[in-house]
Amino acid sequence: MAAGGFAEAGADLELVGLQKRFPGFTAIEELNLTIPAGSFFALLGPSGCGKTTTLRLVAGLEEVTAGRILIGGKDVTSTKAYQRPVNTVFQSYALFPHMSIIDNVAFGLRRRKIDDAMGKAHEALRLVELDHLAARKPSQLSGGQQQRVALARAIVNRPALLLLDEPLGALDLKLRRQMQLELKSVQEEVGLTFLHVTHDQEEAMTMADTVAVMNKGRIEQLGAPAVLYELPRTVFVANFLGQSNLFSGQVVAENPDSISVDIDGTRIVVPKARAHRTSGHITVGVRPEKLILAREAPVESADNNILGPGRVIDVSFSGVSTQYLIQIPLVGTIVLFAQNMGTGPIVGEGAEVWVSWHVEHGFGLDDEVETGSRFPADTDTATLALQKRHALMSELGED
Amino acid sequence: MLAEAITAPQPRNRRQLPSFGLGKWLLPLYTTLALLFLLIPIAYTFVFSFNDSVKSNISWRGFTFDNWTGVCKAQDVCEAFGNSILIAFVATVAATTLGTMIAIALVRYRFRFRSSISLLLFLPMATPEVVLGAGLAAQFLGAGIPKGLGTIIIAHTMFCISFVVVTVKARVSSIDPALEEAGRDLYGSPAQVFWRITFPLLLPGIVAAALLSFALSFDDFIITNFNSGAATTFPKFVYVAASRGIPAEANVIASAVFILAITLVITTQVSSTLRARRLAAKS
Repeated sequence: MAAGGFAEAGADLELVGLQKRFPGFTAIEELNLTIPAGSFFALLGPSGCGKTTTLRLVAGLEEVTAGRILIGGKDVTSTKAYQRPVNTVFQSYALFPHMSIIDNVAFGLRRRKIDDAMGKAHEALRLVELDHLAARKPSQLSGGQQQRVALARAIVNRPALLLLDEPLGALDLKLRRQMQLELKSVQEEVGLTFLHVTHDQEEAMTMADTVAVMNKGRIEQLGAPAVLYELPRTVFVANFLGQSNLFSGQVVAENPDSISVDIDGTRIVVPKARAHRTSGHITVGVRPEKLILAREAPVESADNNILGPGRVIDVSFSGVSTQYLIQIPLVGTIVLFAQNMGTGPIVGEGAEVWVSWHVEHGFGLDDEVETGSRFPADTDTATLALQKRHALMSELGED
Repeated sequence: MLAEAITAPQPRNRRQLPSFGLGKWLLPLYTTLALLFLLIPIAYTFVFSFNDSVKSNISWRGFTFDNWTGVCKAQDVCEAFGNSILIAFVATVAATTLGTMIAIALVRYRFRFRSSISLLLFLPMATPEVVLGAGLAAQFLGAGIPKGLGTIIIAHTMFCISFVVVTVKARVSSIDPALEEAGRDLYGSPAQVFWRITFPLLLPGIVAAALLSFALSFDDFIITNFNSGAATTFPKFVYVAASRGIPAEANVIASAVFILAITLVITTQVSSTLRARRLAAKS
């Protein structure tokens, strides 16, 4: 199919043993990933985790160091960007400033000599409700409008795979929400495969069917947003995707369907089904909104984990909810979100409180608490020399 | 309410510049003198292109259009002018093409000696023209190349390249590389990306560089004089003629070039103002 015609539907993307090394540093260690056709897939991670590099490798804007890229089962690893059935919505939109909006949108169609490029371009502009601005130049449009043009310019080509490189990053919150919904509905309408790169966990969770959390050149966990949130596998995922209260300790008892972990004398029970490991030294956690605040010691029961007493050290009100920081001796500081529903206690700083949660809400992680850098340090002489040279060259080059 | 709004004093929207006695008359006087100083030679050249001169064009002998109508009747002035135009044109095309390629390479690609090349390109601009001219002349002599239009073109191309690279380089670095990436991503082959995206975006820089090259080449005298042999150019003709009286036809050509240049500038200014106003009206 390649760049020949319109893709009838999205194609699946397969990354096999993908690796990308830049001089002196590894952007992607080894990536194996299959994105099924027609899905909305989000690659979520902090800056520098390799997600944008992954996108650029798929688009053909960077060359892979090792591994293969397959689109719709066809190996495209060695093809050039303009030969791949892939289009990108760039972070900076990258609209051609010297062309009108309609010429921007028709650019890809004309390069492939597709009939009625103008008609199809107008149709794409109508989809993003900007057809009335077709004759304008990009500089005469607002940020949100430019973003929609960038989207139209990409989807008009009906690529088998659409890559989105943090396309909503530059928009303000309200516009971003609106665009998230629009993007999602466009994806459902045209049925293409979307690969969306973002560092905004809320954006990834609202829009994507599947989210892959990426860290230091590797995928930490992959799954549906709700699953990732409910059952994070690693400390990184538990903290990057929302907030978590994490406790480390030894498993002291194993029951048929739950385990007990000893946290410096306090026992925390976690269901076996919600723990990735059930023995040894493990980290368990609970989300701040699942915690219940009490001014008196709650009644002990098999269904509840109770921590306390502790002291409230900070209270911050944020409209729908109030965030409490509670210092509990031997356990540490706990974050708790209380919905401002008019029920439950209202406490001030310094109050003595207990924290409890239903056993079913806890989760057990797979890894230990984060330890240092994952990649071996590039400290051999050759690499250091190369790094020095590149630093020097870029320094001289920028004068 | 409404009346109040109308009678309310208008807020001063511009900060008053501090004014003191000296500035009131010294600044206008100084400005007038400076402008006169700049414009008198041009005005002189223009006025004396209408002088009914006989041998020398120094004293006013009466008004005539003969110099303008029969500009090529004078001794070799048109040939010299034609040579200058030819040299400037060829040197501009060559220097602009080569210089643009160098500028793109220097900004977009990383290679060995990249920064040294950047530095070396400044040398021709910093070196005194006499040294450049004499050095080149020695090289042509050593290589046994006969002096003429060809050697002038080579010399002019050489010093124009530096100016082109500097001008175009600034433009290249102002272009977001993502635009070219977007072009490739939208199925543009390398050639299509260059001609449809990179080149149009570079064009203002390239045009500026070409105009600069043309002007530099057209009025260069020192380097030309060293490398021209028997060939003559307009500046060289005027210089040689100065010793025995410059013919009024030279004034005609100088005035014509001036008028052409000024018309070009005014046209561009007016058209860009009009376009800006039209765009503002549309949006």
